[in-house]
Amino acid sequence: MNFDYSEEECALAEQARRLLAERAPPSLIRALLEGEGRDRAAALWTEVSALGWPAIAIPEAHGGLGFGHVALCALAEEVGRAMAPLPMLPSIYLAAEAIATGGSEAQKARWLPRIALGEIVGTAIVGASVSATATGNRLTLPATLAPFGAEASIAVVAGRDGAWIVDLGQAGVVRTAVRTIDQSLPCATIAFDRVETEPLQMIDAERILARAAVLVAFEQLGGADACLDMALGYVRERRTFGRVVGSYQAVKHRLADIYVANQLARSNAYYAAWALSADAPELALAAATARVSATAAYELAARENIQLHGGIGFTWEADCHLHYRRSRVLAQILEPVETWHRRLAAALDREGVA
Amino acid sequence: MDFEDTAEEARFRREAREWLQTHAPRYAPPAGESDAEGFALLPLARRWQTAKAEARYARISWPEAHGGRGGTAMDEVIFEEEQRRFALPPDPFGISLGMCIPTMMQWAEPQVAERFVRPALRGEEIWCQLFSEPSAGSDLANVRTRAVRDGDGWIVSGQKVWTTGAHVSDWGTILVRTDPAAEKYAGLSYFWFNMKSPGVEVRPIRQASGHAAFNEVFFTEVRIPDAQRLGAVGGGWKVAISTLMNERMAVNEADIANITIDDVVRMARRPGWTGGRPIDDPAACAQIATLYACSMGVRYTRYRMLTQLSRGGLPGPEAAIGKLALARNIQDMAAFAMEMRGPAGIIDDRGGDPDLAAMQEAWFYSAGLRIAGGTDEILRNTIAERVLGLPQEARVDRGVPFNQLTS
Ligand SMILES: Cc1cc2nc3c(=O)[nH]c(=O)nc-3n(C[C@H](O)[C@H](O)[C@H](O)COP(=O)(O)OP(=O)(O)OC[C@H]3O[C@@H](n4cnc5c(N)ncnc54)[C@H](O)[C@@H]3O)c2cc1C
Repeated sequence: MNFDYSEEECALAEQARRLLAERAPPSLIRALLEGEGRDRAAALWTEVSALGWPAIAIPEAHGGLGFGHVALCALAEEVGRAMAPLPMLPSIYLAAEAIATGGSEAQKARWLPRIALGEIVGTAIVGASVSATATGNRLTLPATLAPFGAEASIAVVAGRDGAWIVDLGQAGVVRTAVRTIDQSLPCATIAFDRVETEPLQMIDAERILARAAVLVAFEQLGGADACLDMALGYVRERRTFGRVVGSYQAVKHRLADIYVANQLARSNAYYAAWALSADAPELALAAATARVSATAAYELAARENIQLHGGIGFTWEADCHLHYRRSRVLAQILEPVETWHRRLAAALDREGVA
Repeated sequence: MDFEDTAEEARFRREAREWLQTHAPRYAPPAGESDAEGFALLPLARRWQTAKAEARYARISWPEAHGGRGGTAMDEVIFEEEQRRFALPPDPFGISLGMCIPTMMQWAEPQVAERFVRPALRGEEIWCQLFSEPSAGSDLANVRTRAVRDGDGWIVSGQKVWTTGAHVSDWGTILVRTDPAAEKYAGLSYFWFNMKSPGVEVRPIRQASGHAAFNEVFFTEVRIPDAQRLGAVGGGWKVAISTLMNERMAVNEADIANITIDDVVRMARRPGWTGGRPIDDPAACAQIATLYACSMGVRYTRYRMLTQLSRGGLPGPEAAIGKLALARNIQDMAAFAMEMRGPAGIIDDRGGDPDLAAMQEAWFYSAGLRIAGGTDEILRNTIAERVLGLPQEARVDRGVPFNQLTS
């Protein structure tokens, strides 16, 4: 057993961290919230695509780098730490993963090389509540929220009755941008009126969600650690009553609790990363555990980061609210945590602990 | 990131599993009679310990010369995982083998340590740790039990308290004050001694649960030879810290309580008090998921630390995470499990329903677990100061001779 990143994975993360600190600073996220900076975000996507980020876990046979899923997890952690405004979640964690795992050879050959290059972006509409109806190879869907839905070229759609790939460049696709509480991760609704589809035969909504949940857990982990670092940085400097705020035990203990929550979430995420990379039968349980743990950790860290900053933490100028927003968006975007509680319990029930 | 056994680990796991399958079933405890500390079933626990020692499974990572196998910390984990599949008596040797003997191995003359390792490993001799006193718990360095020089020995007088297992112990390790005029942390010394020495009086203390696993220990002019000192005169604090480091690494779910999340899940899959299965109820699912995520988080955090150790790292203060998270989680798990039985969950059910009885035992024990071996608050201080680098608590006891401190 070996329960840590490899040297290569650490190096990749380190490189990503440095690049994002420079190219995706909080000022960019804040600009995006105000409807500016889209061009800088797009340029960043082009830059990281050239570095191969979207290609990391896509097999070499389909134009990827084939570095494996743990490397992608390490990268996701950095994307989360920086809250980088990149379409990794819809295009890579959801669409590319779904196609790579459940697509036919022809589908993989058609879509994965272009996704790997960052040339096209995919999105996904996945979950038991997705009410897509198929007649023959035609699909109809009422307006449904999709991350990067306006930018995407294709969508993976998976609901109770099946999974499909839809080319979004055809007639019958209606997209409407929506404002969300975190415009740095843009969303749109997508509706289909009898559009042409290809079925994705070897995967279902639950597996697509499980794979993405592991990767999103790493983003949440990075975000949670960023909040802890921010809070620590502030309480070490800020003084009240003649001493630094970080010397008060109420403050120290809260930060210790955040640290513990983050570490437990990290450990659960590592286990899930292994299950994902090994495509282990434990994946469903491991993914739900990672998701539950990371969601709780990010939420706690993001809330308390504002609290520990005092009044300044509640301002637009401080970066705290960026994580407050992102933590809520990541908590809800892959179905809310309550459904993951149920998934986790159902997986335990299936595994039948003696 | 690799969760699979290596080839050697797989071989060891097979071997351990086969051995356990042959031997473990003979040591199954009678229903409803165990206590969390393991003293209620001591004779059975001793026989089980001897069997493990003879097969060199008692302390796998100890050197072969000390009755171990020179195995890795990961081998210990593998054995624990396999052992968890069997109903076995709770382990009353944790303090002996997790704290006292490692301290002896580190600080005593090799031939002295040699004399004690085997009997402890076989469960024949039990050790206790006499650190806490009425006015020294979290503030451990505040010990007042006095040792006064007398020729080639020391005369010890005073009182220890909360000493787990003192009533069944043969030997003890003790922290005493040898120089009250020195600064608080500098006037302490550390000894090992015979619990049957004249002047040692052990009085069991009844715990919140009703059992009596810990004790008051009174010392009336007890003679301890100077040859039984560990570390320098006045250097006892350093030895005590090394013991506490051993304690931190020892924590894992199966070791510190007799229930695990698996037991909670098993109960949740059976009809609850309303007839339905709790695991089908969304509100119960939320609790199960949260408890499970914490249990697994602690388990995998330990694996991460073992990975660090195997790469040559040292156990650091972050080892405090385990006990801090676990003690609370055990309390939550036990309360939740009792609730699944509805109003009947409060019926003292020893001898009746073994699942419920174990949860009730854990529910009591966990309240003590949050205090023993560093309270939740002290562990948070440790994490905040030593891991996160925040300022230390204000101190008024530094740099002042102990006998001039007002407390
Ligand atoms: C089941 C059990 C078994 C034990 N076994 C042993 C044993 O075998 N050998 C042995 O030597 N001892 C043993 N102990 C004693 C244990 O180590 C002490 O109880 C523990 O260290 C706490 O000390 P105390 O009881 O004096 O409480 P105190 O230190 O008086 O603490 C009282 C409360 O104040 C809080 N507090 C204290 N200082 C601080 C601070 N600086 N910051 C914030 N909060 C603080 C504590 O967290 C606690 O909530 C055992 C205890 C229990 C419950």
